[in-house]
Amino acid sequence: MTAETLIQIIVSGLLTGLIYALIAAGLSLIFGLMDVVNFAHGEFLMVAMYAAFFLWVAFALDPLLALPVVAGFLFLIGVMVYRVFITRALSLKVNSGMAQIFVTFGLAIFLRGVAQFAFGPDFRAIRGAFLSDKTMSVAGIYLPLPQLAGAAVCVAAFLGLWLLTTRTDFGRALEATREDREAVALIGIDRHYIFSVGWGIGAATVGIAGTMLALFYYVSPIIGDVFALIAFVTVALGGFGSLMGALIAGLAIGLVEALTAILISPAMKQIGIFALYLLVIFLRPRGLFGKL
Amino acid sequence: MASSEPRAPLDAEARYRRRQARIGGLVLAALVLAPLAIRDPYWQNVLILTVMYAGLAQAWNILGGYCGQISLGQALFFGIGGYVATVLDASAGVPTLLGLVPAGIAAALASLLVGWPCFRMSGHYYAIATLVVAQIGYLLFLNWDAVGGASGIFIPYVAESWPHLQFRSSKLPYYYAFLALAAIVWLASYALENSRWGFSWRAIKDDPIAAESVGVRIFRAKLVAAAASAFFTGIIGAVYAQFVAFIDPDSVLSGQLSILITLPAVLGGVGTLWGPALGAAILIPLSEATRSYVGGSGSGLDLIVYGALVMVVAVAKPQGLVGLVPALQRHAAAARVRREAARAA
Amino acid sequence: MLLELDRVTRRFVGLVANDAVSFAVAEGEILGLIGPNGAGKTTLFNLISGMLKPSSGRIRFAGEDVTELGAAACARRGIARTFQVVRNFETMTVLENVMVGAFNRLPASAAAKAAALEILDFTGLGARRDALASALTPPEKRRLEVARALATGPKLLLLDEVLTGLTPTEAQAGVELVRAIRRRGVTILMVEHVMEVVMPLVDRAVVLDLGRVIAEGKPADIVRNETVIAAYLGERYRRRVEAGA
Repeated sequence: MTAETLIQIIVSGLLTGLIYALIAAGLSLIFGLMDVVNFAHGEFLMVAMYAAFFLWVAFALDPLLALPVVAGFLFLIGVMVYRVFITRALSLKVNSGMAQIFVTFGLAIFLRGVAQFAFGPDFRAIRGAFLSDKTMSVAGIYLPLPQLAGAAVCVAAFLGLWLLTTRTDFGRALEATREDREAVALIGIDRHYIFSVGWGIGAATVGIAGTMLALFYYVSPIIGDVFALIAFVTVALGGFGSLMGALIAGLAIGLVEALTAILISPAMKQIGIFALYLLVIFLRPRGLFGKL
Repeated sequence: MASSEPRAPLDAEARYRRRQARIGGLVLAALVLAPLAIRDPYWQNVLILTVMYAGLAQAWNILGGYCGQISLGQALFFGIGGYVATVLDASAGVPTLLGLVPAGIAAALASLLVGWPCFRMSGHYYAIATLVVAQIGYLLFLNWDAVGGASGIFIPYVAESWPHLQFRSSKLPYYYAFLALAAIVWLASYALENSRWGFSWRAIKDDPIAAESVGVRIFRAKLVAAAASAFFTGIIGAVYAQFVAFIDPDSVLSGQLSILITLPAVLGGVGTLWGPALGAAILIPLSEATRSYVGGSGSGLDLIVYGALVMVVAVAKPQGLVGLVPALQRHAAAARVRREAARAA
Repeated sequence: MLLELDRVTRRFVGLVANDAVSFAVAEGEILGLIGPNGAGKTTLFNLISGMLKPSSGRIRFAGEDVTELGAAACARRGIARTFQVVRNFETMTVLENVMVGAFNRLPASAAAKAAALEILDFTGLGARRDALASALTPPEKRRLEVARALATGPKLLLLDEVLTGLTPTEAQAGVELVRAIRRRGVTILMVEHVMEVVMPLVDRAVVLDLGRVIAEGKPADIVRNETVIAAYLGERYRRRVEAGA
């Protein structure tokens, strides 16, 4: 294997890793905010990908332009899921934790069924969009434009999230709610409003990631399965509630996956990720940057 | 504040246990006779699957329901049991009936191996870890050519026999095999519920800190629950392999299967004696009905129904459908007292 | 001496909750642990019962060094406790709650149940045995936690503010219960705020302030101790005591 090939693989892994990072960021945000793991997160991604696919096929709306539409759509879904289901699960006196797990679990199954019903079980793909099948060559490294654009958008989204949480009033309210969700009512912060928007943002980030992913990945009802596990592992590795953790962990996971695929075998590439996850979790249960 | 009122005439605990034993006997009798009423092979197959999932859900319930440790990777133990029994038969000629025990033990040992690192984690972290571990298992078996890898192992039919659990003329013996197993797991739950282990598990689920303060060794109790749960799951897996005469990672180690194993308990009532069976009795026939009457499994309608059902039950009736049947509830006496007090007020 | 604390210290980030605390509890006595809020009383309970480990110092129980033992191990050796905010098993009945405690010493269900029933009678909760713990009144919930702790068959019982917030009648019944527990052969270490109730009850008292022991001795001596009055009891209490003496 040449140095060139190795660098190609590393770059490819990092690009993918950024997408993983953004998917994980949404999940991490929700958990850090309110201690709820959204087991339907992979299906949110699936919904985003189908939305992008649908907009392209029905309205010839290029995914790049569809970004705000899909993000907005997912934002609404996130808010709705919180208001209708999560509030009820959280208000239970007994088995609230189990209820959270299973209500989002049930949602995942439900969404998958809806996708299958509406679009059928076959794999779909977006073809002929503005960036499709284009590549760029930088110092002998081939960079497929869809992946590159996807990575760039993810970086921008991370920047946006970071600015949101550190520079805006809303971000400060978010952080305050995270620290002490009981006390914030005393200073006039409406917890439910914060949670709703938190869910919305968490879903919207996945909407962005999904739209870009749809440019170069197949769309199918089972896509949620594939990416959900990677998202969970990324968040657990980086630490629930940590944006920085999601970013670093995502990059690490993308890299490990790419290297494992080449050094061991493509069929085993996931094992590399999982082994990494288990190792870190065993040594440091709260992940790299997480607060327990 | 010593009370001067007489104690309730009959022990509520003893009444509950006697009632459950009676109901258990009735249900078993009905199920044993069911094939006489259900002759259509298609529906007999549904019956077989229902009883199998009832057993699987009941086993899951030991760890996930009583002890509150939500394992989302239960298929791993199902698959290990299936593979161990099948390989013992194929390579060492061990008849499956004998191979059931090693299959169960292998699954139990695997659960201890998994539990050792994972039970140090709490709640969500644990659930995710079980997902990951199960997926690792799936990938490992997929790439393990010695046991068939992705193509799996076809189990050749030798002769009609109970020791080898092979029947061709009718699938009914499999029904009775799964029914026996489901009954055994139910009995185990019945016994464990009232034992020191059962109480420890329920205490851990309710308040681990308080449980520890009265001497419950949490880590050990979780491992015991995991081993018991996996043991039965593995044995059922071993029988399943013979039932379909085939084993491969997709059929016994998939994430889909793991999910399917947890759903009946959620629907019927986690941590209850009858919840898993009740849930299976509703979910499996329902899924088969939607599958066949609404145009094939590709339609997604069965998923829509499942998903909606689970969501609604999870938030509207978290104690499960068992909550609708007072006779099946452990604390029916307490509930009745509360209702009467509310009426009097 | 049943329990011996030898310079037990517990530090948290930026705070020393317990600072070189040393005292002993004799078998069969009722020892009071008093002091203002933040004095480190509950932390001390957490250390003795094994929920936390000291930063330094040793704890000996019945002649054995139990410093490094966890909560379950301490419970098995005969140290039981209640919590400042009651932690009953809300999803279980009163009887089941106490049975969990009884299982600490009795592995068989029938024996555990019989023991639990006896404890319920002893603590006056017999009539409520089939009620869910969540349905009890607050004083009953406190009583249940004590019953559950008693069922573990302890040699030492740590009571964390079990008499706080009760009406005078309830408090008096509580005092009777504590005395009855001692008559069963259980040594008691109790944290309390309600001076009028506690001082007549305990044989001796240890006073904590800001993590340190500032006084130790018989109640009659403690209430006259200048340091204690300055730190905790206040002048009005001294005057009340002198008026009564």
